[in-house]
Amino acid sequence: MKKLKIMLVCGFGLGSSMILKMTLDKVLKNNAINAETFCSDEATARGQFFDIVFTSEEMSKLFHGSDKPVIVIKNFLSSAELEEKGLEIIRKLSQEG
Amino acid sequence: MLRDYLQPELIRFHVKAQDWQTAIYLGGELLVNQQICTQKYIDACIQASYDLGPYMVISPGIALAHSRPENGALQIGMSIITLDPAVNFGNKNNDPVGLLITFCGIDHNSHIGMLQELATFLMDERNQQFLFKVNTAEELITYLQDSERKM
Repeated sequence: MKKLKIMLVCGFGLGSSMILKMTLDKVLKNNAINAETFCSDEATARGQFFDIVFTSEEMSKLFHGSDKPVIVIKNFLSSAELEEKGLEIIRKLSQEG
Repeated sequence: MLRDYLQPELIRFHVKAQDWQTAIYLGGELLVNQQICTQKYIDACIQASYDLGPYMVISPGIALAHSRPENGALQIGMSIITLDPAVNFGNKNNDPVGLLITFCGIDHNSHIGMLQELATFLMDERNQQFLFKVNTAEELITYLQDSERKM
């Protein structure tokens, strides 16, 4: 199993992405997945090393052309949405490594 | 605990705002009045939404406004206002906004505990529903005390 680096992105890397990180950490814990989660901001996100990114629709434009999976989340407080959109790919990438 | 951050002066219900800029201004005014941030910080919160888009609407009906600490943050804190009627922030998935939280942190880490409390509270939909129907700061504070006692 590979320990994935999962990046959460918002404008400043302080607020929305922090909330998204908390929701994702809860999902990972509930599903017994060990991954590193970290926040980044609009200015520096593209230069970070990561395996998968979760962000809003607006911020997802930063990653056009990226070869990494970009998961667009509408409701940052919804564990159900994060699980539905992200769990399968997180499991798959964890197992590949 | 969440109530440690929420004195009555930082809570307003059924606020009327004609647009999202006014809403952030009014939410921010509560922080400025308590000397948690300067007016420059609130102006920067509004500018951030112009620059970065309405992604601050993090969940249906809920917006989280903030800026960078160096734009005039003085203390860690947040204000909560409900908007009645709800206001469009330009976020097609999550508009209109009925609950606006404006927060301020003094560095990159020290506000995380406060946001954790807030996120845990908001992840429970019963708590969200309560926020949309409550009328006074005292009712909210009593509710927070009761839910903390049950934890």
